[in-house]
Amino acid sequence: MKVLVPVKRVIDYNVKVRVKADQTGVDLANVKMAMNPFCEIAVEEAVRQKEKGAATEVVAVSIGPAQAQETLRTALAMGADRAILIQTDQDLEPLAIAKVLAAIVAEEAPDVVIMGKQAIDGDNNATGQMLSALLGWPQAAFASELALSAGSAKVTREIDGGLQTVEVALPAVITADLRLNEPRYASLPNIMKAKKKPLDVKELSALGVDTAPRLKVLKVAEPPKRSGGVKVENAAAIVSNLKTNGVI
Amino acid sequence: MAVLVFADHDNATLKDGTHKTVTAALALSGDVDVLVAGKGAGDVAKAAAGIAGVRKVLHAESDALGQGLAEAISGLIVPLMAGYDALLTPATALGKSFSPRVAAKLDVAQITEVVEVVDGSTFVRPIYAGNALETVQSSDAKKVITVRATNFKAAADGGAASIETIDAGPGAGKTAFVDQQIVKSARPDLTAAKIVVSGGRAMGSAEEFQRVIDPLADKLGAAVGASRAAVDAGYAPNDYQVGQTGKVVAPDLYVAIGISGAIQHLAGMKDSKVIVAINKDGDAPIFQVADLGLVADYKTAVPELMDALAAAGK
Repeated sequence: MKVLVPVKRVIDYNVKVRVKADQTGVDLANVKMAMNPFCEIAVEEAVRQKEKGAATEVVAVSIGPAQAQETLRTALAMGADRAILIQTDQDLEPLAIAKVLAAIVAEEAPDVVIMGKQAIDGDNNATGQMLSALLGWPQAAFASELALSAGSAKVTREIDGGLQTVEVALPAVITADLRLNEPRYASLPNIMKAKKKPLDVKELSALGVDTAPRLKVLKVAEPPKRSGGVKVENAAAIVSNLKTNGVI
Repeated sequence: MAVLVFADHDNATLKDGTHKTVTAALALSGDVDVLVAGKGAGDVAKAAAGIAGVRKVLHAESDALGQGLAEAISGLIVPLMAGYDALLTPATALGKSFSPRVAAKLDVAQITEVVEVVDGSTFVRPIYAGNALETVQSSDAKKVITVRATNFKAAADGGAASIETIDAGPGAGKTAFVDQQIVKSARPDLTAAKIVVSGGRAMGSAEEFQRVIDPLADKLGAAVGASRAAVDAGYAPNDYQVGQTGKVVAPDLYVAIGISGAIQHLAGMKDSKVIVAINKDGDAPIFQVADLGLVADYKTAVPELMDALAAAGK
């Protein structure tokens, strides 16, 4: 069983993002970048499925700038077998990413796509569902447990107020939620090994996919700042303040 | 311009997020219809028809719709969109699961978690877990939008729209429902709660977390949350996590106990109306966002807080 895992390079989740003074976007210059946390969970799951014997090959793919090769090397160090970079400096919207992924799926013919539910930059939580719709494959979004078997996958997924279990016929698109697993740290020997694993680079333009943006970003602004609060002397002061202001 | 609003419900009751999404829809158009897709959801359809400003309720029934299977819901909606210019869905887990499918099928962008409607094609939405607000203008003929309901006021009741029963659509295809467990907690849902009490790594153990945080939450009628540090240390379950990679909450009152306030935690709670923080480190970053800060060991401060709440009749 072949697993395709799309991964995205984003600002490291521990970095405080800064909006550019001209309000054209978020400042990415000299900022630490890393693999999107939900993508890490997806890679981890794919590798675990291979270690369990349920999957035979894990292919990581990223769509982004040349530096996204680092993100793919991380996936390889975690245990992916090979990687593909669709190189572009354009900032693509989820619909465009889903179309590019659909083209890669057509070439690679995986049995299952496992991907993060959301990237922590755009926060769209849309690409996996869009890919599923474009391919006409079933989807299991927000997975917290996954059992792959021949021809189907049993997925426990996070829903409003609880958990739901569904069975999807393969091929399918599965998106990873936080509780699916805890990603490993790549060991030094595996990081060294990853440097020798195959990583193909293709130009986005070679795929012939319509990636024109549908949304024009007019402005990126900082949210209203919280006014500085007060320190109080004791717990009773908290309660009296909340009561006075009608909070409780 | 006609707008379709997807009703948030559990087949038995209509959720408040629907009223709030109707408000967002009314900012776009006066012609707002509500879709109730479910199983045995007749009362929900009646409740939706009672929202002021709603023109018509479309009501579809099937097992797959009642189970909230994304393929069934998107399969129902896509053909309906021939008669609408926009689809507005509350950004719940269910809404997030099917709305992007509708967008992809219509070959349009999804405009995600809208917090403000500027005009018919311009919207404000949070990115980077709310650390920045993006204003986007859509060039698509039809708009597929998810709405962060907490940012809109609920539309009033008092309407009397007609209810039209429609066909249930194509079903869920190759996805089969197996079962589900809805947590029957006496506490409110974390993302919808008016008050949230969260604990951090300072708790030191799962037992201590429950001993300290749970009674305080119950006294306030609050949901329980946790920092990522507390979750990673195993003191609280993963679905308690508030933060950039967990749940984003915006309650009326957020009480942070023994939480230092890492960036990724602040991203998940800084839109709360009032933030109370108790931490023994006076330099902890949580105090930079807290409206009321108490520099104290939670071991003494939380019992005092419980006493003070009791004295105040809580």
